[in-house]
Amino acid sequence: MSEVKYSKEHEWIKVEGDVGTIGITKHATEMLGDIVFVELPDVGSSVEKDGNAGVVESTKAASDVYTPISGDVLENNQAIVDDPGKINSDPENDAWFFKLKIKDISELDSLMNKEDYDKFAKESGN
Amino acid sequence: MEIKKTSLNKLHQDNKAKFVEFAGYEMPIQYSLGIIEEHKFTRSNSGIFDVSHMGQLFIYGDGNLTDDLEKIFPLDLKNLKLNSSKYTFLMNDKAGVYDDLIITKLDEGYLIILNAACKDNDFKILAGLLKEKYKMVLNDQRSLIAIQGPKSVDILNQILETVEDLNFMSGNWFTYKNQKLYVTRSGYTGEDGFEVSISNELAEVFTKELLEKGAKLIGLGARDTLRLEAGLCLYGHELSTETTPIEASLKWAISKERLNNGGFIGSDKIISQIKDGAKKIRVAIKPEGRLIAREKTKIYNESDEMIGEVTSGTFGPSVNGPIAMGFVDKNFSKKETRIFLEVRGKRYPANICGLPFYKKSYVKGANK
Repeated sequence: MSEVKYSKEHEWIKVEGDVGTIGITKHATEMLGDIVFVELPDVGSSVEKDGNAGVVESTKAASDVYTPISGDVLENNQAIVDDPGKINSDPENDAWFFKLKIKDISELDSLMNKEDYDKFAKESGN
Repeated sequence: MEIKKTSLNKLHQDNKAKFVEFAGYEMPIQYSLGIIEEHKFTRSNSGIFDVSHMGQLFIYGDGNLTDDLEKIFPLDLKNLKLNSSKYTFLMNDKAGVYDDLIITKLDEGYLIILNAACKDNDFKILAGLLKEKYKMVLNDQRSLIAIQGPKSVDILNQILETVEDLNFMSGNWFTYKNQKLYVTRSGYTGEDGFEVSISNELAEVFTKELLEKGAKLIGLGARDTLRLEAGLCLYGHELSTETTPIEASLKWAISKERLNNGGFIGSDKIISQIKDGAKKIRVAIKPEGRLIAREKTKIYNESDEMIGEVTSGTFGPSVNGPIAMGFVDKNFSKKETRIFLEVRGKRYPANICGLPFYKKSYVKGANK
């Protein structure tokens, strides 16, 4: 049984046991426009909740990617590095960014469920 | 100050534009297609750009006006044919650039197209230099619509017959719904195309006709990637009062006839830089891999010395990779020089390359 949660920085995390798969939301891609470059955290590196975990660049600008929770990076998605356009076409499935081993499962409590996130995204407009 | 809107603002909204503020105007950065598709559509078909924020300065006068403008611009205006256009610069005494512009000779004087962010300052400078001897109108009653891309000539010719006979960098008056339009064959994309000066009241109906004939609205985002692929300078990036046309590798725009005797503003500096060479020079840069080096990225040589800075950088959709322009120390400006770009604290390899990144297809003569 997996659950998906969302951050205010427009990342999603799908949780399966103690492994989290992280990407950016469709709403984020719509704001960014065409994504043409992505940089992902190295496998084996540690990332801290709300800390920097990569960069996406659209034709317009560069934006930081943040990790919604802390952990050690297990895997990153080379397919989106080779073809960043995939992030625009399927942001919440195939175009995941990285997987991590979750350090503290209670950090998930601060994140939003889908309904709350959709409301947040609509209201914030950014 | 309240944000200004062009006559096409509602049409942009109807076409789901995302807006940005640019030089005090609410302008479309992109529409629902997105920058990459808009860029590719312009290269393969026909893109419509609302550039009504740019200044359209009409200066009315005779031969005396030509003499006075030659004291300002590095051009051989006496020998410029009626309805022909030239790319040039408004400079200060040190050949720093206040603006880059297109000047066209008309029956009754000259039409000068100015950058939006510079136009009010340009007007003041020119009014001062011409000592109010001539009537000058920075005309905000007219819109400016660019139509760019290989199919533009066929589309526009359906609306304005014989527009296809215009040569590159020349213009003429046309009649549309009983009003006069001034059309030049020019642009800022590296494609064949036109710029149409039209009354504000007719701008929307004219643009809708272009849309019906298959052209699409294209935002400022794609305008930037198109001009960068074509190796064209953008004021505020490659050009400023801190940069001369020689440093910006734009010597071709200075009329040869004016280099012997000078007599235009900034001529001493231009002539000495041509003779002695400029210390820094504009180059094209191709990063290795997919990394994008944006404006202000520092450039290093193989010995770790800083040799310059990027002025524009983006992803080039037709090149299908990152591209940039910047200024480097002349000693490191040769093609295929290996350089390093510092992005987010790390250095990435890149090479100086030739311009343009994307080959132009301007029409030199008329089609027929």
